[in-house]
Amino acid sequence: MGKHVLVIEDEPNIIEAISFILSRDGWTVDTHSNGHDAVDVVRAKAPDLIILDVMLPGKSGYDILTELRSGPETADLPVLMLTARGQTKDRDLAEKIGASRFMTKPFSNAEVLEALRELVPQ
Amino acid sequence: MPQGQLTGTRIRERRIMQGMRQAELAQKAGISASYLNLIEHNRRRIGGKLLLSLAEVLGVEPSALSEGAEAAMIATLGEARAADPNAAPVEETPEAFAGRYPGWAELLARRHRRVNELERTVETLTDRLTHDPYLAAALHEVLSTVTAIRSTAGILADTPELEPEWRDRFHRNVNEDAARLAESAQALVSYLDEGAEEQGNLASPQDELEAFLKEADYHFADLEGGKGGAVEGILSKAQVLQSAAGKASARLYLDRYVGDSKDMPLEPVVDTLRAMGPDPAALAQEFNVSLSRAMRRMAELPSVDGVPKVGMVSCDASGTLIFRKPVEGFALPRFGAACPKWPLFQALSRPMVPIRQTLRQDARGEVQFTAYAISEPASAPSFGQEPLFNAHMLLVPIEHTDRSATPPQDLGVSCRICPLKACEGRREPSILTEGF
Repeated sequence: MGKHVLVIEDEPNIIEAISFILSRDGWTVDTHSNGHDAVDVVRAKAPDLIILDVMLPGKSGYDILTELRSGPETADLPVLMLTARGQTKDRDLAEKIGASRFMTKPFSNAEVLEALRELVPQ
Repeated sequence: MPQGQLTGTRIRERRIMQGMRQAELAQKAGISASYLNLIEHNRRRIGGKLLLSLAEVLGVEPSALSEGAEAAMIATLGEARAADPNAAPVEETPEAFAGRYPGWAELLARRHRRVNELERTVETLTDRLTHDPYLAAALHEVLSTVTAIRSTAGILADTPELEPEWRDRFHRNVNEDAARLAESAQALVSYLDEGAEEQGNLASPQDELEAFLKEADYHFADLEGGKGGAVEGILSKAQVLQSAAGKASARLYLDRYVGDSKDMPLEPVVDTLRAMGPDPAALAQEFNVSLSRAMRRMAELPSVDGVPKVGMVSCDASGTLIFRKPVEGFALPRFGAACPKWPLFQALSRPMVPIRQTLRQDARGEVQFTAYAISEPASAPSFGQEPLFNAHMLLVPIEHTDRSATPPQDLGVSCRICPLKACEGRREPSILTEGF
């Protein structure tokens, strides 16, 4: 059984594409598509890594990450943040809150796979 | 009150035009020729009474000699100088420059105003890229779709022996996303196109609204009696309303106007004001409306005998002017913040308390006003929600004969062009020098 990744993203076709490439790469993939209860879902599923979109309905990725970092069981969880804006201040904010990696849309499949392998050595 | 120095130049021009000698004018006005000479060369400021007698001898309106449009121009010249940090020091005051080269001065002032407008347009555009929520959302949509397409296309291209079900599924997704991308890209382009047109010649929707109201002189006879049906007709005929936002704020204004004219019909309002004097409180009591509505109604009236032409200005809780109806003798700043001593702003700190004050704007000291100000909630109050207050100030000119002995409160337009000394409200130094 491969490592477990949770994709939190609200764009169905992105979810589908990412899920496909990740499972082909040997990951066990779970997906979730809104911000409201994302933190609860992370705690319940206890993945090895999450991919977190910044713009989510209900709650922003920044808020979710802040909450995750404040809880003991998720404080060190590797988080790859996705955003459609590559501005320095977004990147700075993500780093300050504690994102492990930051990736700007549109990314290539290879980039995502490589980032994940670096964050969680197989 | 200090007079603008240009007055002297104008007296001299008028006298020469009439072929009158300096000594003759001086004698008829009851002053010495040498004193008149000093006045004419803008080296003595001249008082109200002397100005009146000189005007009488010359057979012109006193206002033709005292400041008017030129005062604003001189203020603009001063601003233009202050705006350029590299301007070389010059001996001449803006007044002297404008007195000697009126044409050039006018041109310079006009250029400066144009620069201001353009700077503002640039500001608006910059703001839009960072703060425009629609633009941000549209770009996000485009990038999201592109991401989905790129990722899906990558899978289709790079996965050897992709199962037919998956292949069909991803083909369908790419197709869907491509259609969505085309749509959002088109929406984005048309939004940006419309934005480019919206800029037009006027800097903002508020400018359009003001130009529109000025054209109508703030009165809409077709709407009187609460005739709401005429609103659209007026809007469609108004050429100054170019942008959708400008039209929308004009519609809001006219709808309110219709309500005002229904609750406060024109003739009874004029009768009340004639009988009780130009007092918004009298109007508010008579028609059972709020003070701010009564003030607004007074600013909507046509020119009729027995009712003075009033000015009005409103601001929101941030102090930003959201409505202005200018009145002769009280300048309203076009850009930047106004004078903090205005009763308008005092009202903001004392919500619901009616404030009345006699005042004059220092630089144009000839005209005095009774100012009525009130701050009222901007919307209907509700529990659990802090009310937002707007403030309103009505400016009613006081006739010379009605002036009281107590001096009025002096206040300014905005700090940069205000000559008042030792003002506790001053934010930045004035660009006006003391003359001599």
